[in-house]
Amino acid sequence: MASIVAQFLNGLASASTLFLIAVGLSLIFGVTRIVNFAHGSLYMLGLYAAYSLIDRFGPTPLGFWGGVIGAALLVGALGALVEVAILRRIYRAPELFQLLATFALVLVIRDAVLWHWGPEDLLGPRAPGFAGSVAILGKPFPEYDLLLIAVGPLVLVLLWLLLNRTRWGTLVRAATQDREMVGALGVNERWLFTGVFALGAFLAGLGGALQIPREPAQLFLDLTAISDAFVVVVVGGMGSIPGAFLAALLIGEIKALCIGLGTVTVGGVAISFSKLTLVVEFIVMAIVLIVRPYGLLGKPLAMQRGAGAPVELPARPDGRAMALAGLAVLAALAALPAAGTPYAVVLAIDILVFALFAASLQFIMGPAGMVSFGHAAYFGLGAYGAALLLKRAGLPMEATLALGPLVAALGAALFGAFVVRLSGVYLAMLTLAFAQIVWSIAFQWDAFTGGSNGLVGVWPSGWLSGKTAFYFLTLACVAAGVFLLRRIHFSPYGYALRAGRDSPLRADAIGLDIGRLQWVAFVIAGAFAGVAGALAGYSKGSISPEVMAVSRSVDGLVMVLLGGVQTLSGPLVGAAAFTWLQDTIARNTEYWRAILGATILFIVLAFPQGIVGQLAAWLGSRDRGAPEGMVGWRRRRA
Amino acid sequence: MEAAARMTVLAVENLSKSFGGVHAVRNVSFAVGAGELLALIGPNGAGKTTCFNMLNGQIRPDSGSVRLGGREIVGLAPRAVWRLGVGRTFQITATFASMTVRENVQMALLSHHRRVSSWWPRAARLYREEADRLLERVGMAEQAERACSVLAYGDLKRVELAVALANAPRLLLMDEPTAGMAPKERIALMALTAEIVRERGLAVLFTEHDMDVVFTHADRIIVLNRGTLIAAGRPADVRADAEVQAVYLGSRGHG
Amino acid sequence: MKARRHFLAIAAALAAAAAFAAPAAAQGTIKIGELNSYKNFPAFLEPYKKGWELALEQVNAAGGVLGRKIEVVSRDDNGTPGDAVRVAEELVSREGVAFLMGTFPSNVGLAVADFAKQKKILFIAAEPLTDKIVWESGNRYTFRLRPSTYMQTAMLVPDAAKLKKKRWAIVYPNYEYGQSATRAFKELLKKAQPDAEFVTEQAVPLGKIDAGAVVQAIADAKPDAIFSSLFGPDLARFVREGNTRGLFKDTPVFNLLAGEPEYLDPLKEETPEGWYVTGYPWYGIDTAAHKRFLDAYQKKYNDYPRLGSVVGYATMMTAVEALRKAGSTDTEKLVAAMKGLTLDTPLGPITYRALDHQSTMGAYVGRIGKKDGKGVMTTYTYADGARYLPPDDEVKKLRPAE
Repeated sequence: MASIVAQFLNGLASASTLFLIAVGLSLIFGVTRIVNFAHGSLYMLGLYAAYSLIDRFGPTPLGFWGGVIGAALLVGALGALVEVAILRRIYRAPELFQLLATFALVLVIRDAVLWHWGPEDLLGPRAPGFAGSVAILGKPFPEYDLLLIAVGPLVLVLLWLLLNRTRWGTLVRAATQDREMVGALGVNERWLFTGVFALGAFLAGLGGALQIPREPAQLFLDLTAISDAFVVVVVGGMGSIPGAFLAALLIGEIKALCIGLGTVTVGGVAISFSKLTLVVEFIVMAIVLIVRPYGLLGKPLAMQRGAGAPVELPARPDGRAMALAGLAVLAALAALPAAGTPYAVVLAIDILVFALFAASLQFIMGPAGMVSFGHAAYFGLGAYGAALLLKRAGLPMEATLALGPLVAALGAALFGAFVVRLSGVYLAMLTLAFAQIVWSIAFQWDAFTGGSNGLVGVWPSGWLSGKTAFYFLTLACVAAGVFLLRRIHFSPYGYALRAGRDSPLRADAIGLDIGRLQWVAFVIAGAFAGVAGALAGYSKGSISPEVMAVSRSVDGLVMVLLGGVQTLSGPLVGAAAFTWLQDTIARNTEYWRAILGATILFIVLAFPQGIVGQLAAWLGSRDRGAPEGMVGWRRRRA
Repeated sequence: MEAAARMTVLAVENLSKSFGGVHAVRNVSFAVGAGELLALIGPNGAGKTTCFNMLNGQIRPDSGSVRLGGREIVGLAPRAVWRLGVGRTFQITATFASMTVRENVQMALLSHHRRVSSWWPRAARLYREEADRLLERVGMAEQAERACSVLAYGDLKRVELAVALANAPRLLLMDEPTAGMAPKERIALMALTAEIVRERGLAVLFTEHDMDVVFTHADRIIVLNRGTLIAAGRPADVRADAEVQAVYLGSRGHG
Repeated sequence: MKARRHFLAIAAALAAAAAFAAPAAAQGTIKIGELNSYKNFPAFLEPYKKGWELALEQVNAAGGVLGRKIEVVSRDDNGTPGDAVRVAEELVSREGVAFLMGTFPSNVGLAVADFAKQKKILFIAAEPLTDKIVWESGNRYTFRLRPSTYMQTAMLVPDAAKLKKKRWAIVYPNYEYGQSATRAFKELLKKAQPDAEFVTEQAVPLGKIDAGAVVQAIADAKPDAIFSSLFGPDLARFVREGNTRGLFKDTPVFNLLAGEPEYLDPLKEETPEGWYVTGYPWYGIDTAAHKRFLDAYQKKYNDYPRLGSVVGYATMMTAVEALRKAGSTDTEKLVAAMKGLTLDTPLGPITYRALDHQSTMGAYVGRIGKKDGKGVMTTYTYADGARYLPPDDEVKKLRPAE
């Protein structure tokens, strides 16, 4: 009994922590619709800044609490700066493009923190006045955790008052429901957004700073925090602050429960609930989203593309000139082994693989209008499918190259059935949940998948063991894949997919089964991602769970957005640019993350519709002026 | 011609729907015959749109029956209703913004001919002439190559009409077909609709705010007030109906 | 069309850049390729880099080896096996390095090891702890410097068995390192003390320990002793939470790696007294070899060495000695030289066993405590790695035939 109470209190303390991490993200998304990847970085900065401030002023009550508040204020100010300097310039970019900018910020902030604070973990002092523990039913319980349990609801109440009892709050709530309306009311939307972003950043910083007595400041915090924050926000319902609180409570308690249960033997089978903590929040998220497609307390969102967002112009299928250009690229690539260095071939294989991966992601993001945060799952299923069939079933490599993608397609068929029932960020997060579940299986199933170490000895057959031979295989597969995807794009099926995205109402009224169309698209994209994954595995000779980790999914997103999400060549250019930049910068500089981030920021600001999208927009003319096979952008009619 | 003399295309009986205890539509019955334009009118909030959305399956009625050519269609999804020969236009136009005018019509034709599962052929080359004929019919042939996202509103309405005609429907459901258009365009569009209806023997049910349009083009009119049918008949009869005048014509403050 | 042309331009530029940007190699130097996850694990790898740079400087100041200077081409592998293999390819095919060394996480180490086997090029794995890299997945071309998870666990078991504690709780980071450590500990302790029981096992997600709940769950299991393989932030959170809740008051704790400055130093005031750990007490090793290393290191960097520094230094020394013994940069000669190679390191002499390519580098085993508000190892002895490996016939069974 005492144990249950203690674990319940532990759960409450975690819940408060989770809520504080997530609430700012929810607020920012609710008003600005920005999916802020850098939220975890702001949280991390809060922790580091608080460490430094408390270190300077000493761990006296004033020094400590002053340091915590000071850190949060600093992070809030940084948030305002970021909004004004960067995000404000790209609000009118295509949906989710801001995500690219915030991703770049993650890279920059990570390196900046490393540069300023160094690599060592920094464990801060205990909170003065809350250093010890009190006995609750005979179990010692940290005083600071009790404080945290109180702070969560306190912040919830203060935010509620701010949003419901002040004029500013009224405007923010109005903006959550209808952005244009606020503009029409004569309110300066810009400063409202800046204010909200600063407040969100302040809350992230506060969440971080308050963790000082509980965890060391360290460089991985940004990623763990952002993942937690997204899960909480989505489970709660995006933009709903009470929802975020409820979600934090749910996840905090379920985790504590899993840890408290430890290993339980049911009917002779030992189930380790402790191991489940690796992925439990994603299982919760998947279940919640399947049952409640808008989270616990969320409401259906207005269309993701608000007014002012560019509208895609009609795409014209490939003409002869386009076919020639494609063949010219193909010929240039085919000449690479003869003309380039051996390393150029190695790098080109990576680029080709990612180009196909990005193209498959674009296929669901563009025509089908479904953003995926978990596309790496299918890349990984293709890679693991091929590798396991080779190693465990002893199939010839050539056969596994065809069957691996089939595994990916089957996975996509299964998960896609649930995914297509959702839309927008909820859909994206459900793909992430499924990807994390698949990842955790590969990560933990040591005997079969090789666990976290993965599988080695995944080499191609003898005739393909030379880099040049493998390059040509990759080129053939990728070229065929890209060609097929293009072909499908301009086929009746591709049109129907686009129809479902453009106007679900009209599509339904002319007999199109949108859910089915999207599900098929998900399977197609999964299969092509699987081809890329299988090729990737054989090109490296080994695979490990990182092939399906979140970071791989994010890389895919970055490539697609970098190139231009509504362009067919965009993902190819994005993949080439990203992979090449990373390779080149990482080879030549120490703080390569920061430089890569800065480069991406530059591209974001200079090409606010992606590289190809922007070029097409510049070069394109009016009604039908989009370059062949490209899609241009125009402002939606007012 | 009287309705009874025509072949009945759509027969609605005792249709009811309430939202949270409020009766949006109560025991409504009417029929539309082939070659007939039936106008559904009523003040704002009378239940016109609810009624409409129940006919093509967007909303499921609480009770009542909707028969299309004798077949019960309550419970079918909009896409299934469409397959049975019902074309639909929307109050706020719904077209595919990333496609050209012609492609919008081609899309409907592809669906009609059950070709949306093909992955290989070029969609833009299929049913091109058929699409152009439909565009020609609604006067949009010259703009076939333009993107729907850049069209004038009246033109979009015409595109919608062409799309709605693509599955050779028996019945057209037109929700406020002339909303948002200039008066001249309204008359032209409805004249065009009436012409097409007569030549193809379609049945049309439309809602409309513009009384000039209604009384010029409708063969018959049914009037809805607070969810209940209060009058039905030829324009002249409806115009003369005391109740209609009281609740509706007398208070036409809604433009 | 135009955008396509743009793509073409990028492709061409890329090809050109890759084709023509090959750096001119300094004539007469021996090039060694080094790759590591510098940006992913900077706490360990910044000192590591300083370590090998110091060794490199010393070797070249003394005229190099085989009459040639050594040049190290170092790359960041981004912490992923995929990128690591590409970097390795680049080092081999573009830089033309004689062999490869480095890597930190086990999955990256294993991937590069397998690449080495495929490419038939020598690979000296500096840091990966996984047993597999020399056993189940061991290969002819891969040698590993650091004592493995198994070895370091084995070093703690004698003390653990001596306490005669019956009820053990285990906590570990939920990935291969933690799993292997747990497996090895249970196996070895059972052998030494058959009545040992394991009353709870807590597998925490790496970097995301829910310390309060984990400490509570362990306390509720009422263990007599605890075995942990936590490190880094997880360790810090576990320690603070356990201190606050009094978990460690009467319960001895054995924690792999916790005596390494990388993980011990951040604990400061929080350092738990009396824990049994493996580690590196740089402040108290009074061998001549270590003293020379310590002085040189402090002089060059004005900082104290971490364990990573020693690993980096010893890795570089291994490379140099292998070249010296082989008398050539030929891979087969280098592999032959590595088998049974003996050299001096700051931790003492080590041998790369011909049997399984594992070096006999050991670790310091002892207990930790606080001194001037800092964590230090208070008592310690050097555990020679050679004594903590399974019998040769068992090892032979583990390792695939060449």
